[in-house]
Amino acid sequence: MNFAVLQFPGSNCDQDCVHVLANVLGQPTQLLWHKEESLGNADAVIVPGGFSYGDYLRTGAIARFSPVLRAVREFAAAGGLVLGICNGFQILCEAGLLPGALVRNRSLQFRCEHVHLGAVHYDSPFTRAIPPGKLMRIPVAHGEGCYFADAETLARMKANGQVLWQYVNAQGHPVSEANPNGSVENIAGICNEKRNVAGLMPHPERASEDILGSADGRHILSSMIQTP
Amino acid sequence: MTDPIITPELVKEHGLTPDEYQHIRAILGRDPSYTELGIFSVMWSEHCSYKSTRPLLKQFPTRSSRILVGAGEENAGIIDIGDGLAIAFKMESHNHPSAVEPFQGAATGVGGIIRDIFTMGARPVCAMNSLRFGEITSPESRRLFRGVVAGIAHYGNCFGIPTIAGEVDFDSTYQGNPLVNAFCLGVLRHDQIARGAAKGVGNPVFYVGPATGRDGLAGAAFASQDLTEESAEQQRGAVQVGDPFMEKLVLEACLELLATDAVAGIQDMGAAGLTCSTCETAARAGTGIEIDLSKVPQRAPNMTPYEIMLSESQERMLIIVQRGREAEVQRIFDKWDLPWALIGHVTDTGHMVVKNHGQIVVDIPAKQIADESPVYHREFREPAYLPEVRAFTLRDVPDTQDPVADLKILMACPTIASKNWVYRQYDHMVRNGSTVCPGSDAAVIRIKTDSLPAGGLANVASGDKKSGLREKYLALTVDGNGIYVYLDPYEGSKIAVAEAARNLTCSGAVPLGVTDNLNFGSPLNPEIMFQLRKSIEGLAEACRAFHTPVTGGNVSLYNQSPEGAIDPTPTVGMVGLIEKSEHITTQWFKDDGDVILLLGDLVEKRDPLHGLGGSAYLKRIRDTKNGTPPLCDLEKEKAVQSAARACIQAGLVKSAHDCREGGFAVALAACCISQQIARGTPRLIGAQVELPASSRLDALLFGEAQSRIVVSCAPGNVDPILSRASHMGVTAAIVGRVGGDAFSIKIDARTWSWSVSDLHDLWWNSIARAMQ
Repeated sequence: MNFAVLQFPGSNCDQDCVHVLANVLGQPTQLLWHKEESLGNADAVIVPGGFSYGDYLRTGAIARFSPVLRAVREFAAAGGLVLGICNGFQILCEAGLLPGALVRNRSLQFRCEHVHLGAVHYDSPFTRAIPPGKLMRIPVAHGEGCYFADAETLARMKANGQVLWQYVNAQGHPVSEANPNGSVENIAGICNEKRNVAGLMPHPERASEDILGSADGRHILSSMIQTP
Repeated sequence: MTDPIITPELVKEHGLTPDEYQHIRAILGRDPSYTELGIFSVMWSEHCSYKSTRPLLKQFPTRSSRILVGAGEENAGIIDIGDGLAIAFKMESHNHPSAVEPFQGAATGVGGIIRDIFTMGARPVCAMNSLRFGEITSPESRRLFRGVVAGIAHYGNCFGIPTIAGEVDFDSTYQGNPLVNAFCLGVLRHDQIARGAAKGVGNPVFYVGPATGRDGLAGAAFASQDLTEESAEQQRGAVQVGDPFMEKLVLEACLELLATDAVAGIQDMGAAGLTCSTCETAARAGTGIEIDLSKVPQRAPNMTPYEIMLSESQERMLIIVQRGREAEVQRIFDKWDLPWALIGHVTDTGHMVVKNHGQIVVDIPAKQIADESPVYHREFREPAYLPEVRAFTLRDVPDTQDPVADLKILMACPTIASKNWVYRQYDHMVRNGSTVCPGSDAAVIRIKTDSLPAGGLANVASGDKKSGLREKYLALTVDGNGIYVYLDPYEGSKIAVAEAARNLTCSGAVPLGVTDNLNFGSPLNPEIMFQLRKSIEGLAEACRAFHTPVTGGNVSLYNQSPEGAIDPTPTVGMVGLIEKSEHITTQWFKDDGDVILLLGDLVEKRDPLHGLGGSAYLKRIRDTKNGTPPLCDLEKEKAVQSAARACIQAGLVKSAHDCREGGFAVALAACCISQQIARGTPRLIGAQVELPASSRLDALLFGEAQSRIVVSCAPGNVDPILSRASHMGVTAAIVGRVGGDAFSIKIDARTWSWSVSDLHDLWWNSIARAMQ
């Protein structure tokens, strides 16, 4: 499966994604510069973490206008798989490819720590390889990861099964102590209605090798690789 | 606009003495222009010239078979780590700016040290820092602490470098004069080392990065003065403003450019900005350099040559390009949307010549300003307080009456308490290398193919394992104890190095080298010069003992406010190498039933204060900062560390943790509570410890005797560990067993016990509570 990892000038998890997809999971992977207008032969797109264009204004506010994102919009509209991680999730929300928004952490501080992540739905190209009930240990690292959507949107998303991941405690429950940023209903990641575009704040690529203390993130990335 | 006339007052305002002014006149053969006066003032400031410390710094060992670029040769030293790979690392202070404006002061400290590393051609892969503040109970200290941590987080997180280790200490001595020492490490191949030299007469000189503004005017000179009541208002303009996104662009563009071999020389514009980078590059190459200020991008209208030359606007680089390769340079800068300008060329005159709209405003022999700054052999005298503290005895100090309460106080005191409130604000995992995160003795980072600058970003091969290098692991730590050094500058400084090496050893590493940051008061005070001399002697002695040459560092003087100077605080950043992943070791106990051993002597009998001198126990429980610090026998220290490393490498050990502030009881408690699985989910494990009685219980539990390492192992490995230690001449003894949900210590018929969850709560949450 051919992966394209977008590269904005301020991306800083782009190499990490390439490393895991190519060297750990053995998938042909290429970086795609933000000025590119075509995704080439990509079967799946990763929008990685970082600070796209510095993000001094608002995370992802400028990235949504980049040439490569126009190509991603077309790709997604045609059913292509797109996963946004951290800043990538913020960009996909800003671009309207995913519902809701990510605002400042309720603590008003950047937060970098491992969290426990639970899958809510397993019937998506981003969760299908996760063993049912699996408690995944994955790091977060963000200042603006508090997910918000209005009540109506949230109700629609839940009815459609679009909430894919939640922050949970060691027993698997989405309690407030497990929530690192104040996200509504402990939401860590979601997908669109067509289930081909997803975003999450935790970094599966930072938890894909035993040497880094957890390989649970591979369940998420491997879900994309499984042929449907 | 006309320049001010140079008067003795103006010379004095520039921090230059009448003698120094005469020296300048002799070099030039005439009176300097106003701009030249400014240039001499920053280049000959303490910060840039090391004029009070240069003769002393010569004592540091700077060579080993692994050193590729030695201390003082370039912007950072470089050490060989095998397989054609090397590392560049350095630590630098941003104390004065952080005192005035904590967020930007600390942020630009990080930015500056990162530039020093990629200037060498290395890809920066991790950062750490050493911070000091007044007591956390003071609102002012908390304001500075909050601002500094947020500033470091802002810069490092956006740039995309893991801030993977550090230390934070709180003491009233740093009230109003915080210390912010920032460290960066980068990785490169031997053949990628870049030089800060203006080579090749006729080669064009490029300026890259954002436009020059009036921010950070003469920051280096500001850093070479006492802090005063008025500093905050007067000097805010001397603090620069950082843009980590811009720095990221500059980094990637520079690494891409260096890969083309179109670069003849490169240097960042740090302290003293355009001034320092131009005259130093010319001095190193033995050439001259000529630039035209009208070509320098400027942020503000009507900037004078003086302002342009002395600005410390951030994220700027000076690049000397091979003639004929200009187009490649322009293509790469344009790709990264970076401002650039061709501002001059290399000459054969040996002079630094600065023109403004064609008119010469500066003409100085480059070598003389860069290398021939004044040197002072300052007067020194033993401080009056030292005989007093040496006379301190434990006679009037009652032994502990309540060890249970005392341990709880120590675990919660901000110097010993977990620093998770700090490091959870730093992205400490970006770049996928953080193998041991903050919270153990030393952090460990993995070096893999994409740790290198090679090939730039655009052409990382897809799924190509063949080009991959054999992964290596580096351990990093930064250590220093101002109280110890205050009480005995020589022994206290030895301890800083010994403890750093011990931390690396506990993580499974072999120490490679050191970068140091010397934070002291005014060199014009003979008592402070004494502290400085003795401290450097101690650091040098210990660095020789551990075969860890000093690869570079920084001296920060004038750390004093009207209330007086800070405690002398040398901080030691040390880097070690771990060849195999199975040797990576963490400090926390692992499994029920494991046996706990102590390598080293429980009590140092040669120390009359039994390790309590300058201890956290005396300070926090007995409210006194007194006595002589623990004895540091370097031969014994080396033996204990070698034994620990041998046991780790033989696969006998499950955990290793050194004893430091708070002593043995604090070290054991930390082994029970310091593993963090995930948010809100620590892994707690109990321990039952039994010790032989000693003359003083407080010394046994909380004494800070050096050369001690707590290890745990499976029961079957006890004998091999004991025999290895004995063979190496190191005392080793079984002290307890891991298991249960309580931590207890039994001595004779008495037992004290703590719930591990109580200890964890005190230790993990106390800084967050103080900061609420």
